[in-house]
Amino acid sequence: MNERAITFTLNGRPREVQVPAHRTLLDVLRDDLGALEVKEGCGEGVCGTCTVLLDDEPVSACLVLIPRVAGRRITTVRGLGEGEALHPLQEAFATHGAAQCGFCIPGMLLTAYAFLREHPTPSREEIRRAIAGNLCRCTGYAKIIDAIARVAEGRAGRG
Amino acid sequence: MPAVPFEYHGPATLDEAIGLLARYGERAKALAGGQSLVPLLTLRLARPEVVVDLNGIQELRVVRRDGDDLFIGALVRHRALERGEGALAACAILREAAALIGNVRVRTLGTIGGSLAHADPAAELPAVVRALDGTLVVRGAAGERAIPAHEFFIGALTTALAPDEVIVGIRLPVLGPGVGYAVTEFTRRAGDFAIVAAVAVVEVRPAGEIARARVALAGVGSTPIRLPGVEAALRSERPDPRTLRRAAEGAAREIEPEGDAHASAAYRRHLARVLTARALERAAAAAADGRPA
Repeated sequence: MNERAITFTLNGRPREVQVPAHRTLLDVLRDDLGALEVKEGCGEGVCGTCTVLLDDEPVSACLVLIPRVAGRRITTVRGLGEGEALHPLQEAFATHGAAQCGFCIPGMLLTAYAFLREHPTPSREEIRRAIAGNLCRCTGYAKIIDAIARVAEGRAGRG
Repeated sequence: MPAVPFEYHGPATLDEAIGLLARYGERAKALAGGQSLVPLLTLRLARPEVVVDLNGIQELRVVRRDGDDLFIGALVRHRALERGEGALAACAILREAAALIGNVRVRTLGTIGGSLAHADPAAELPAVVRALDGTLVVRGAAGERAIPAHEFFIGALTTALAPDEVIVGIRLPVLGPGVGYAVTEFTRRAGDFAIVAAVAVVEVRPAGEIARARVALAGVGSTPIRLPGVEAALRSERPDPRTLRRAAEGAAREIEPEGDAHASAAYRRHLARVLTARALERAAAAAADGRPA
């Protein structure tokens, strides 16, 4: 019913899908495009595991109907690094042991990435508020905050 | 769960959208930011046959200053309010209110018109619009009309908007120097809807007494509620903390909250008093300083 061709950019690469309008970006990314790095959690926009960037702004992929991405840029966690090289945030998460089960980490990284672009030198409190919408049930958040703070400090040091 | 399939329309003009809504009536749903509608679709609590996506309508993105008013197009996103982009900076109370909405992803896509049309009784923006005596400009098949906020919110998730009408935008007064404001709320968890939220707008005369105080609460009834008793008790009073707190005590008498799974009626009354007092104190201090809170 109502199938349409939707074109958008996924991690810098143009993609076209032929899908009905009632499907969500999350479904299409995972089921049609194999972007399994985007995790489905609550499906209601609360948990943050399916966070992707829509034209550089974080959104819940589960709350975006697919026609809304026509002509837009979608970035998943695979789009953060350069080729095989990890993004500094990914490096910091690994170094600080900020992941346990890892399920929330793609969304957490993208939220942190978008946040640091707008607030390059945040306080610890600002980092806590920035990731408040991304739930992690393993780590207790402390090491995640450490990792984000380290990247921010690194940038401040270079600046 | 995927949504029940629907027919999708993405009109480029408001007239087209109104035509579609008029044609399909109750069978259609208008889509703005989708942060409330899409979960209703995927949970299958809403099963519209037709979705009319308003996001392509440029006319709904307009923000303009009209003298002492600011007109904010219905599709303006919470993030733009939070950042105070462009002319929105003139209405700084929106920055404070928008920053409290949901999580950052909700704010990226959620819109002021969508929040008002959805009319969740605990939402921040309806309470702000109610506190400021804002006006909603809506358009339907019968033409355009302006609805004052106190007539717009009818009940929980229920507004004066007809099925074929779309919110074009919201008119709010720009607060001048000598007017302070504050938005306070209590949530169980970061990003939750408020259990209770309070919006206070306080105008202080140069001599120091209160010319006018306005208070609206969310989360204590089926719509955002003004507190005329509290407001009257403050007129021409000096805004010292004791006076403000005594007036705020009256908040509990002006509301009839219901208890639910989130909070008992008694607890909501308690929050109403405490949050009203905090909002009034901060708003009055900002008004006295002659700068926004």
